[in-house]
Amino acid sequence: MSTGVEERLYSIRYKTDDKSHLIIKDQDVCARCTTKECNFFCPADVYLWHDEEKATSVAYENCIECGTCRLGCPTYNIEWVYPTGGYGITYKMG
Amino acid sequence: MADAHFNAIVVGAGPAGSAAALTMAEAGLKVALIERGEFPGAKNVFGGVLYRKQIEDLIPEFWKEAPLERAIVEQRMWLLGNDSVAKFGHRNERYLDPPNCWTGLRVKFDQWFAGKAEKAGALPIYETVVTELIRENGRVVGVRTDREDGDLRADVVIVADGVNSLLGKALGAHQEWMPDQVSLAVKEMIALPKEKIQDRFNLEGDEGCTIEFIGQTAGMAGLGFLYTNQDTLSLGVGVMVSDLKKHHIKPYEVLDSIKQHPMIRRLIQGGEVKEYSGHLIPEGGFDALPPLSGDGWMLVGDAAQMVNAVHREGTNLAMLSGRLAGLTAIKAHQQGSFSAGMLKSYDDTIRASIVFKDLKKYRGMHSLMRDVDSELLFNKLPQALNDAVYQMLLVDGVTKKEKQKSAIKLLRSVAGGNMDLLRLGLKGWRAMNG
Ligand SMILES: Cc1cc2nc3c(=O)[nH]c(=O)nc-3n(C[C@H](O)[C@H](O)[C@H](O)COP(=O)(O)OP(=O)(O)OC[C@H]3O[C@@H](n4cnc5c(N)ncnc54)[C@H](O)[C@@H]3O)c2cc1C
Ligand code: SF4
Ligand code: SF4
Repeated sequence: MSTGVEERLYSIRYKTDDKSHLIIKDQDVCARCTTKECNFFCPADVYLWHDEEKATSVAYENCIECGTCRLGCPTYNIEWVYPTGGYGITYKMG
Repeated sequence: MADAHFNAIVVGAGPAGSAAALTMAEAGLKVALIERGEFPGAKNVFGGVLYRKQIEDLIPEFWKEAPLERAIVEQRMWLLGNDSVAKFGHRNERYLDPPNCWTGLRVKFDQWFAGKAEKAGALPIYETVVTELIRENGRVVGVRTDREDGDLRADVVIVADGVNSLLGKALGAHQEWMPDQVSLAVKEMIALPKEKIQDRFNLEGDEGCTIEFIGQTAGMAGLGFLYTNQDTLSLGVGVMVSDLKKHHIKPYEVLDSIKQHPMIRRLIQGGEVKEYSGHLIPEGGFDALPPLSGDGWMLVGDAAQMVNAVHREGTNLAMLSGRLAGLTAIKAHQQGSFSAGMLKSYDDTIRASIVFKDLKKYRGMHSLMRDVDSELLFNKLPQALNDAVYQMLLVDGVTKKEKQKSAIKLLRSVAGGNMDLLRLGLKGWRAMNG
């Protein structure tokens, strides 16, 4: 019954806003970040570091709004707000 | 919405917020209940077990109409080894009449519960995010929302915005939770036919069972849970965020490996995953409790870290705090003052309640989790205990005396010697009896 994250996220209903509620404050801070923890602890794999572009990409449309990255990034380099009212995830069981 | 004035605004329609709104609306106060989700519960996740006492205090005999899953007749605690389990548990018919607690689903329950506040007269304002608190001369006088002309004013604002309490932070009630003060839980809803659930968990009719398990969380401080619903199982695991940060493991991979464990695998076999979810749990305990009130505001539920992690009690403490805040607002309304001094009486009622007293009892738990090596507490010790039991029950010609000696030796060596085992035992005892 092992499943990847895509299949898991597929079980959640999203209403995606056209602007991101998650913003990397400074990509240079990410470049210097030795741990890149956000690439691991996010339960929806929202963050991914790209070596060539020297940037963290943010798949905000997959975010399940748990808040871990808000307090988990060691340099608080993520600006975190809630999606606009009614947008984002809607669980069917919870 | 401009110029609308309320006696009270409640931000967040979870258990804490709806309890506050219901309490105040029933007393005739003009209340607005604001929720960012499409409907109350849309964003909410828990294990989860709902307790009778604190809901009953708000809605007598609610279980005759509330959307509940199974009445919990048995609670089990498992210590998992690699391919084994040591079990504790308690089953008691007396838990059924009246039920002590039930499993539930937040999407259904929160909608129903907020509906009670609406029926009592609270004005629902959903699909709306409160973006900031409006303050005048240091006093909270209303909220700004993400709606057009979205300012609302009130005598008092009850902040019930949950563990990611951006408003509590803006008030300066807390700085930011430390990563060791919260756990991230991921969960799956697994559908199985009713009869299968009843057979596998030894249940009849609407009876339910809960299992919590320690061990097999990749050496991170964490707790797993498997709860029975009518025709689904809730399987999840929560791990302390500070450990998750260190280990570079994806949370759902921890869940995946638990699903492969021989003791779990057979219970969920053939089930279909219907939903994946994730949520933070505040686990800072007593010492993380922030200031609870100020000029024109009160803080309730998860936003104030009111979770008793040892007993997985959160929704009940949320509802109790919401009700107590509501009662304070009613008193303030009657006396015509919402000053910090007046609202302080909410703090006093919390201090006299189980919220404060139970969190105080387990005060040392957080530092135990933070300071003792998680690998020891959550991997080596459960494994050693399993190995010790295995040896004791294995009939292989070795004398029982010899077996007991090596079992104790094993536990001692895992803990790092006699004194360390003793110290750990003492620390554990103190953590539970602060
Ligand atoms: C995995 C897990 C298992 C758990 N198991 C149990 C259990 O078995 N039993 C138990 O009793 N407790 C359990 N808990 C704890 C319990 O879920 C919480 O303690 C409880 O939900 C807290 O209620 P609350 O109303 O304070 O917060 P929440 O339930 O989080 O409600 C906050 C509400 O505010 C809304 N909101 C937030 N910010 C804004 C804003 N700015 N504007 C508008 N709306 C906003 C949110 O959408 C949400 O609806 C568990 C928690 C988790 C995560
Ligand atoms: S953890 Fe923070 S600083 Fe490091 S890569 Fe991620 S967002 Fe950037
Ligand atoms: S809030 Fe949770 S799901 Fe969303 S990006 Fe942050 S860690 Fe990932």
